[in-house]
Amino acid sequence: MAGSNPNAKPMNLTLKVWRQKNRNAEGGIVEYHVKDISPEMSFLEMLDVLNEDLLHKGEDPVAFDHDCREGICGSCNLFINGRAHGPEKGTTTCQLHMRKFNDGDTITIEPWRANAFPVNRDLSVDRSAFDRIIQAGGYVSVNTGGTPDGNEIPIPKPIADRAFEAATCIACGACVAACKNASAMLFVSAKVSQLALLPQGQVERKTRVENMVAQMDKEGFGACTNIGQCAAECPVGISLENIAILNREFISAKATSNNLA
Amino acid sequence: MSWISNTFSSSIGRKVLVAITGLFLCSFLVVHLIGNFQLFKNDGGAAFNIYSHFMGTNPVIRTLEWVLLLGFVFHIYESYTLAARNRAARAVAYVESRPSQNSPWYSRSMALLGTIILVFLLVHMYNFFYRARFGDLDPDINNNADLYTLVYSSFKQWWYVLLYVAAQVALCYHLIHGFRSAFQTLGLNHRKYTPIIRAIGYAFAVLVCAGFAIMPLYFFFFKPELAH
Repeated sequence: MAGSNPNAKPMNLTLKVWRQKNRNAEGGIVEYHVKDISPEMSFLEMLDVLNEDLLHKGEDPVAFDHDCREGICGSCNLFINGRAHGPEKGTTTCQLHMRKFNDGDTITIEPWRANAFPVNRDLSVDRSAFDRIIQAGGYVSVNTGGTPDGNEIPIPKPIADRAFEAATCIACGACVAACKNASAMLFVSAKVSQLALLPQGQVERKTRVENMVAQMDKEGFGACTNIGQCAAECPVGISLENIAILNREFISAKATSNNLA
Repeated sequence: MSWISNTFSSSIGRKVLVAITGLFLCSFLVVHLIGNFQLFKNDGGAAFNIYSHFMGTNPVIRTLEWVLLLGFVFHIYESYTLAARNRAARAVAYVESRPSQNSPWYSRSMALLGTIILVFLLVHMYNFFYRARFGDLDPDINNNADLYTLVYSSFKQWWYVLLYVAAQVALCYHLIHGFRSAFQTLGLNHRKYTPIIRAIGYAFAVLVCAGFAIMPLYFFFFKPELAH
């Protein structure tokens, strides 16, 4: 079971996993033991092993979200040993490998905790609040018609790069999970700054930030207190500078938009 | 005018109010500290009492006093409102959480530090401000109310000195986070200036709080008994 590396010794681990039948059920920590875990497995593969064991025993497998397992989709979201996506910096849960743990370790695995992210089942949470924030303004409206030339709108390379940096947000929700206030401002700020930097985003610039912030507040996320836990735990390195951009976009939109509501 | 109330009841709007009032209160700290340096003048408190008489009677100061009160009220009210909302945003806590691995403790403890400062502020206001303005102070040699003797006798009590120094430590950490945080909230983050703002914030917090803390410590340990 030790994989291709002959030096990789299989590990035995104790897992404390949050189990919860459904959104309204009372949840709790259940302890499991997994054996012969290869250090080269990803964290999710380790959970696959756990789930196979559970299925063999006739028990319900642990529900957790995952999709690409390449660190780009943002589906996998586990709070591992008190950290969003576990102990490794700049990684999603699927890219966290068991070599970061030691034989005999006890690992606590919990779902993201925020009122705006209700637990569906076990470790799987409902992050559709993020979708509703994006629907409130995180887009650029375009008219249909002929395909425009790729370089028709000139965008300086440094600006394009900064917009792209903000656009790398995979909406995994680690920022919310890590934040003491369960604030979604890093997520919201990434989309707001990405589109505020680009010429295509100018038309809806003011309504976008006003509506996205209103939706963010409505969903019940907390307010940022500039602690920086979000950026420290972000798997793709979205910086706090984006939140400052969000704040000034919001302030200037509120001061100058034609929206009287 | 609903857009105004909507703006300032939004999460960012409240943060902006906390930031602006916070920076305003920083400016108050500077004025307060500089004025209080009169305490070090070795004249039996004459200069300090002239200063406190001026602060209690000058119409400009008396007007600004109300602005200052508003600054405190807004800063405290908005902060507690935000803190309550933030606390409520996560009804179910983590079984295991290790925030120390991603952030400094004082940044996560602004409400607690602020509450310590508030308790101090109430004691401080009652003991000095209330008694100087509405109280029973004897006149000094210049016929000014003798606040200096009250300061002197207060700072000769160990528990009072301890409260003051503890409050200054809390204020120092509150300012280290609060100073830079205010700029971030106002959208002023730039790779050139943010490191400078952070450094100024550290220096400001340490110098101001050390300046205030030295006063009770100086009186308690080094000031000889009053002449009269």
